[in-house]
Amino acid sequence: MAKKIKLSINGIFVTVEPGTTILDAARQAGVIIPTLCYHKDLCIAGNCRVCVVEIAGQKRLAAACATPCEEEMEIFTNSLNVLNSRKQIIELLLSEHNADCTSCFKNGSCELQKLASDYKILKQDFIRLVLFMNYSIDKYSPSIIKDDSKCIRCQRCVRTCAELQGINALTVAYKGDEMKITTFFEKPINNVVCSTCGQCINHCPTGALVEKNYIEKVWDAISDKTKHVVVQTAPAVRIGLGEELGFGPGARVTGKMVAALKRLGFDAVMDTDFTADLTIMEEGTELLSRLKSVLVDNNPECKLPMLTSCSPGWIKYIEHLFPEYLDHLSTCKSPQQMFGVLAKTYYAKARNLDPETIVSVSVMPCTAKKFEANRPEMHDSGYRDVDYVLTTRELAIMIKQAGLDFQKLEDMHFDRLMGESTGAGVIFGATGGVMEAALRTVYELVTGRDVPFENLDIVPVRGMEGVREITVKIENPLEEWAFLDGIELKCAVAHGLINAQKIMESIRSGETGYHFVEVMACPGGCLGGGGQPIPTSPEIRRKRAEAIYAEDAAMALRKSHQNPEIIKIYKDFLDYPMSEKSHRLLHTHYLARERY
Amino acid sequence: MNPVSELIKNLADQHGRERHNLLPILQGVVEQEKYLSEFSMIEIARELGLPASEVYGTATFYSFLEHKKMGKYIIRICKTITCSMKGKNQVLLAIEDMLKISVGETTSDGTFSLLQTNCLGFCHKAPAMLVNNEVFTDLTPEKVREILSSYLKK
Amino acid sequence: MTISYQLKRADFIFKNENDWEDVLNKSISCSATELINELISSELKGRGGAGFPTGLKWKLAAEVDEPTKYVICNADEGEPGTFKDREILTMVPFKVLTAMAVCGYVIGAKDGYIYLRGEYLFLLPELNKAIREFEYYCDEIKLDFRIHIFMGSGAYICGEETALIESMEGKRGEPRNKPPFPSNSGYMNKPTVINNVETLAHTYTIFKYGAKRFYDLGVQYSRGSKLFSVSGDTPKPGIYELELGMSLADFVEEFGDGDTKAVQVGGASGFLVPRKRFAETAIGFQGKLTGISLPTGGSMMLFNSSRSMFNVLDNYLEFFREESCGQCTPCRVGCQQLLMGIKAVKRGEKNARYLDKLLRLTETMKLTAKCGLGQSVANSFSSIVENFREEMIY
Repeated sequence: MAKKIKLSINGIFVTVEPGTTILDAARQAGVIIPTLCYHKDLCIAGNCRVCVVEIAGQKRLAAACATPCEEEMEIFTNSLNVLNSRKQIIELLLSEHNADCTSCFKNGSCELQKLASDYKILKQDFIRLVLFMNYSIDKYSPSIIKDDSKCIRCQRCVRTCAELQGINALTVAYKGDEMKITTFFEKPINNVVCSTCGQCINHCPTGALVEKNYIEKVWDAISDKTKHVVVQTAPAVRIGLGEELGFGPGARVTGKMVAALKRLGFDAVMDTDFTADLTIMEEGTELLSRLKSVLVDNNPECKLPMLTSCSPGWIKYIEHLFPEYLDHLSTCKSPQQMFGVLAKTYYAKARNLDPETIVSVSVMPCTAKKFEANRPEMHDSGYRDVDYVLTTRELAIMIKQAGLDFQKLEDMHFDRLMGESTGAGVIFGATGGVMEAALRTVYELVTGRDVPFENLDIVPVRGMEGVREITVKIENPLEEWAFLDGIELKCAVAHGLINAQKIMESIRSGETGYHFVEVMACPGGCLGGGGQPIPTSPEIRRKRAEAIYAEDAAMALRKSHQNPEIIKIYKDFLDYPMSEKSHRLLHTHYLARERY
Repeated sequence: MNPVSELIKNLADQHGRERHNLLPILQGVVEQEKYLSEFSMIEIARELGLPASEVYGTATFYSFLEHKKMGKYIIRICKTITCSMKGKNQVLLAIEDMLKISVGETTSDGTFSLLQTNCLGFCHKAPAMLVNNEVFTDLTPEKVREILSSYLKK
Repeated sequence: MTISYQLKRADFIFKNENDWEDVLNKSISCSATELINELISSELKGRGGAGFPTGLKWKLAAEVDEPTKYVICNADEGEPGTFKDREILTMVPFKVLTAMAVCGYVIGAKDGYIYLRGEYLFLLPELNKAIREFEYYCDEIKLDFRIHIFMGSGAYICGEETALIESMEGKRGEPRNKPPFPSNSGYMNKPTVINNVETLAHTYTIFKYGAKRFYDLGVQYSRGSKLFSVSGDTPKPGIYELELGMSLADFVEEFGDGDTKAVQVGGASGFLVPRKRFAETAIGFQGKLTGISLPTGGSMMLFNSSRSMFNVLDNYLEFFREESCGQCTPCRVGCQQLLMGIKAVKRGEKNARYLDKLLRLTETMKLTAKCGLGQSVANSFSSIVENFREEMIY
């Protein structure tokens, strides 16, 4: 092991591993250095220069994020030189930023605003460059709004799109005063290879990238007495929402969330977890039928591995970048869209409502779900299946607007019919969750026994490793599944589209032999989704994942097929998994899109 | 095969298909086509397995890699102080007058485009300009008219 | 204070002695250590403008244990008012090629690149011919070294060595964070020596005549001769090889038109020296030399009293605003603020005291910009504004 490095920061001595940056060493010493272009998820850029510090003996200041510690360095993070320079840099950023804070969606959660507040830049007399700039505001995407007048060119979004997601929809173009963050030939984001995952939004320090919000439309619907407004909440919302409302990362606020939604005035508050369980029934059955078709019938039309289809960012990604693999995708709609179509059919019928009067709202940790709800094929109920998609952040805003004291709300339960779920539905919110839920059900369907993991916890598919593999051997199956006897079911899990790319390339190489692959577009799965609270970091995502698994462990039922409402819907409405009716309502098809 | 696609394929064969071969390929297309169209950039991205946005972001960084349609002859007149001191503005006016275009424009017949550029490195023979890759120095309004006339005859 | 050093002409670089084969053979018969020591004792410093000791640069790269290394000749001559490198490549290309090969031999590199600015594309046919002849000779003497030309495409910032590397790697020419320095991790993350064309030409002189001959020219801390590109209000514009250390007064006497008001030393990123300070200004590298000493890539622009210093500064700032790579805040936004700021003062839209705010801004840029471009905008700005404040206002 290399020798440790000793240095001093503001007179405090610290010892760090070689290669540690000044920024990290300072954090170790309890010294906070402000940053802007730096993000824990991303590579070092060193371009905003907000984190500059003074190093004794050096003429110029150094960017703390980009400068490795050296033996005996004497560092000063708040000398007059540093403070004056930092203030002037913040003032420069403000001069090219459309600081129209009171009308900005990020008002109150903008990192630049925070810096301006911390450093009290009271006299801003630089020329307001934004008045002379030729900038554009791109509102064409149903998911993302990109407002260049608020961009401070930190390139966090560009690095996110390249490093975490491997898409490069965003790029840096031009140089000098014309340098900007844009797309290929400056096309609207909706017209380029964008997955709409919203990770750029999660990593943007200002209001330059925000979700297209539907808050006012939802308020309008709620207050419209002729409408019956149904809301569903995705698994990851309940472990993220608290962060926006005074709780720390990883707080489980399911009951309070339900109570808040009822107080907001939704007519029915139900759970996407229910359709997550339903997805398992459909997708698990589809997997088994694909296995049979390939292994027994040698059907060349039927493709393995089967790829999961619940992450709409992943769907749009594969449509753009691996369109030749679309027939590997499970035909199952995402839980959101299954819920949407059932809300205007099954639920409408059961409650004796005219589906025309139903407004279907979903709360998602996701911006791609906004795009998904907008897809023209998502009208199988005869109406638009999901009318409005809110992010976790938008729901928090509505709760604040309604004046609800979230912390004091009494826990409440989801409404019946589509409000019951199992632990299997909950873990959809974490990477590996769909795989784990599917294995719990499929293994039992095939063998009649519990999946052979202690407490049903399939630990190998959990965690934050980019790509994870698991092999489950099927032994002594029930007679119907005899052809699976001795088969080692090879499964893999990937999260973050850069890992999706890796797994797709290894599938393309033909060496994997996978039967079933789960892909989630966002790092950590939905819990790290593009609609989740900001900030995000590996640490925050880890805490959210712990909360998800704790939620699962606390559930009485932990296998999708045990969900009584699932049993009921098949009995009353859908007949059986992959039935003609479920094909019509719950399954879909995909569209090859341009890569360029 | 589309001639531009073919050009790009040949350039990639010649230079290679790694990221570090991108600039020579972009330059090769500009040499032939005078500019990089959306189509060319997509073809280059495809040929090199790069995201199209990366090609665009890289190309727009360099002022000689035009991405708007350009004329057959691109005039780049040096606007650095030493050329300005030696009558660059008069030369520029003479060009604008003769070609009936302003800086940044292309003649309607597509023969000339007129641009300004930073120091060409001929300050001792100012003012200077490039017409495509050919350099002209010690310019005067009369001289520049002669030069452009000779291009018109080509 | 008056500088006593006289203007002395030298004639090494352009003397075409046609003996490059001998110099190459002689050099590679020495050990790498001997050659490095020769360079170090010559006290040659980089002639591109930054003035890093060349011998040390080679030594650092030579010391890295790595099978693949590169030599790069920086011919991205873009500093306004500089045109010497083109002349070297036109007149004495073999000196540069020889020096690259010797550098390759010293550090252990088999490939050399010339990064030639796009504006100089017309040099290509002749240069390629020279390279072919040179490589043919290398083959003959069994020296494993190849020289490639990489064309730039119109970006001043690519003269910055890490931006140049990024550009060669097919990317936007954005300077990297340092460390690591190219001598450790440069082109393709391999140890790389990047020298300016003129610097390489001087190493040729040193390898041919020995370090002492070079060292004896110039003054303490500024050894040797240097090419100066003389332009502006001068009766004899052109390229001159002069010993370092001369006083600017002498220079103006030789090259001025009798009415020289100010000289811009080192191009747009250099300093403007007003007439009253000619006598106390020496041209060389910063050191303990008496008087003001200026680092310089050799651009000398003379301005006579008919010239408006506002126009000069306006021209420089427009240049920087366009040629900044745009990635770091102080440079991208700073250059725009400086340019719009002086215009606003001139138009009377901003109080004259605003110039002081802009001067403080250039201090910040000097302290915090990521690379030499943003750091050096302060040079011309403060030297012009401080010496010609009235011209900025009225």
